Amino acid sequence: MMAEFDTPTAIMLAAQKAHDAGYRVMDAYTPFPIEEVTEAIGFHRKHNKVALACLIGGLLGGSGGYLLACSAAAIWYPLNIAGRPFIPWPMFIPVTFESTILIAGLSAALGMLAMNGLPSPYHPVFNVPGFSLATNNKFFLCIEARDPKYDESAVTEFLNSLNPTEVTRVEG
Amino acid sequence: MSAFQETEVREARPTTTGYIDPSFVPMIAPHHTFNSITEKISDIVLEMGTPKWWFGAMLVGASFIVVLVFALTVLVFKGIGIWGNNQPTAWAWAITNFVWWIGIGHAGTLISAILFLLKQEWRNSINRFSEAMTIFAVMCAGMFPIFHTGRPWLAYWLFPLPNTMGVWPQFKSPLVWDVFAVSTYFTLSLVYWYLGMVPDFGTLRDRAKKPILQKIYGFVSLGWRGSSRHWSRYETAYLLLAGLCTPLVLSVHSVVSMDFAVGIVPGWHSTIFPPYFVAGAVYSGFALVLTLVIPARRLFDLKDFITQRHIDNMSKVMLAMGLVVGYSYVFEAFFALVYAGNKYEHFMMVNRMFGPYAPFYWTLILCNVVTPQFLWWRKIRNNTVVLFLLTIVVNIGMWLERFEIIAVSLTRDFLPSSWGYFKPTIFDMMTFAGTLGFFLTMMLLFMRGMPMIPMYELKMILPASRPQGHPEQGSFEEEVVSA
Repeated sequence: MMAEFDTPTAIMLAAQKAHDAGYRVMDAYTPFPIEEVTEAIGFHRKHNKVALACLIGGLLGGSGGYLLACSAAAIWYPLNIAGRPFIPWPMFIPVTFESTILIAGLSAALGMLAMNGLPSPYHPVFNVPGFSLATNNKFFLCIEARDPKYDESAVTEFLNSLNPTEVTRVEG
Repeated sequence: MSAFQETEVREARPTTTGYIDPSFVPMIAPHHTFNSITEKISDIVLEMGTPKWWFGAMLVGASFIVVLVFALTVLVFKGIGIWGNNQPTAWAWAITNFVWWIGIGHAGTLISAILFLLKQEWRNSINRFSEAMTIFAVMCAGMFPIFHTGRPWLAYWLFPLPNTMGVWPQFKSPLVWDVFAVSTYFTLSLVYWYLGMVPDFGTLRDRAKKPILQKIYGFVSLGWRGSSRHWSRYETAYLLLAGLCTPLVLSVHSVVSMDFAVGIVPGWHSTIFPPYFVAGAVYSGFALVLTLVIPARRLFDLKDFITQRHIDNMSKVMLAMGLVVGYSYVFEAFFALVYAGNKYEHFMMVNRMFGPYAPFYWTLILCNVVTPQFLWWRKIRNNTVVLFLLTIVVNIGMWLERFEIIAVSLTRDFLPSSWGYFKPTIFDMMTFAGTLGFFLTMMLLFMRGMPMIPMYELKMILPASRPQGHPEQGSFEEEVVSA
């Protein structure tokens, strides 16, 4: 069931009340990020694993870049230039640095998309009339049927008690 | 991005002379609501149709692209001899252009990433435009190292790819560092720019009326629906990318400067180069952002979002960077003329000031050191016509600086028997002009087809975006982590 709200304050209070009422499988849809709402629906920083993906990517990228440079310079194509060392680590700093940043950045971006399940061209909430305003100026709270406390009439009544603009059933 | 928002308590009241201090101008015109922001920006893409001047500008841009393709084709068939490059000036316009374009790109990342980390919310309206500028500038820059190799079909040799010849790039060389730095810079800027647009593509998808546009924007929006969980991860990724792009942008131009700094040519071999180049890059980049933003905000009627305050702030950054660049010039001259005690360095500086290229040197001092001093005066900072011309002058000056460092230093190195002179040919000029046209075309396409101002970031500046009231104590099972 989807409830529509007009202001960030309304949806924040609604999300808090829904969480207090025991609903857990729910989501809010907003045109811009509102941290209070995200916290209210129970998604806390420890659930957000994007930073971990970025860290792992960075470590892999850095070690991979350095390893690549060392392998090429010492094993695969060593060049004896006036007896200089094959692995002068200061000269490999730029390559290591850039590959760290590249893989860390790509991991953060792709990890975020993967964790979000994007691209996802279809989702049932798009069937709700007026949902197109979720990317404009309206705020939606959806309590999903997968929630263990879900009972259609109870949820409808509960959502109506939060003073939304509209309550809709999400099909599909 | 949210907890430190300042509310505009000071009013932009005109003084007795009718003049409004731009630091009191709000970041966004006060009458705007979420819907009006969405409408104004998405209508440019979806509703307004293509303005006539756009076709004229595209014609200009496209004809320059034709010139570019012609110049590059002749280059591939005939070789570098069609350019003015010679011995000793083996690097001239091509690498000057490369460094100039890459430098320009840096302002975009600075505005997007660094100002984001510094919680400067005024950057919210200009960041996408400047990131687009970065990406197209890096595209233009990338053409030069590839084509200046003489055998551009072998440019893949620059990359560390296993091959049947058993050959690998020289990882100790700044030229290879450049490959890594510029590729990383381009890739990450593209990712950062695109990710920033995903929610706004969602908005365009939801507002598009023609089915083909719905499909296109639907495709690029990746099915974005504004879920809070998604926003949370999105904000984390955005913050991480900003944090990564910041050292990246500082490192890229440092690596580019190393192309010269690790060489022994007097005028190249200087430890001042990495910060000097980065400062120059930010300087010329901000100048080009202003050059583009000033007409764009007038032609697309975006003065509500890109206000006098933005113009003022950008001019101030430009002034600051201009001072850093001026300081670098003074110290470069001091080291070379007085402190180093090296006769080759000394001569290099004397040659710059009084040798065959002396007019270029003094022009560049005029353009880079004298011209930005006008920005101390608020009247100049806020006169957009004068500012537009000033920023073009600055960019000309920065091009001349790159030319001065690269080509002029080469013309007078250690042995007088190696001295030479460089003159550009028509192909040098066509290639450069062609990239300018390519850049213009790409910017025009961007302005027409993509939301050039981030709608969701602008909405976050509005006071109405902050939920009122605090969460009740004890209503969360776990500890609330503050923003």
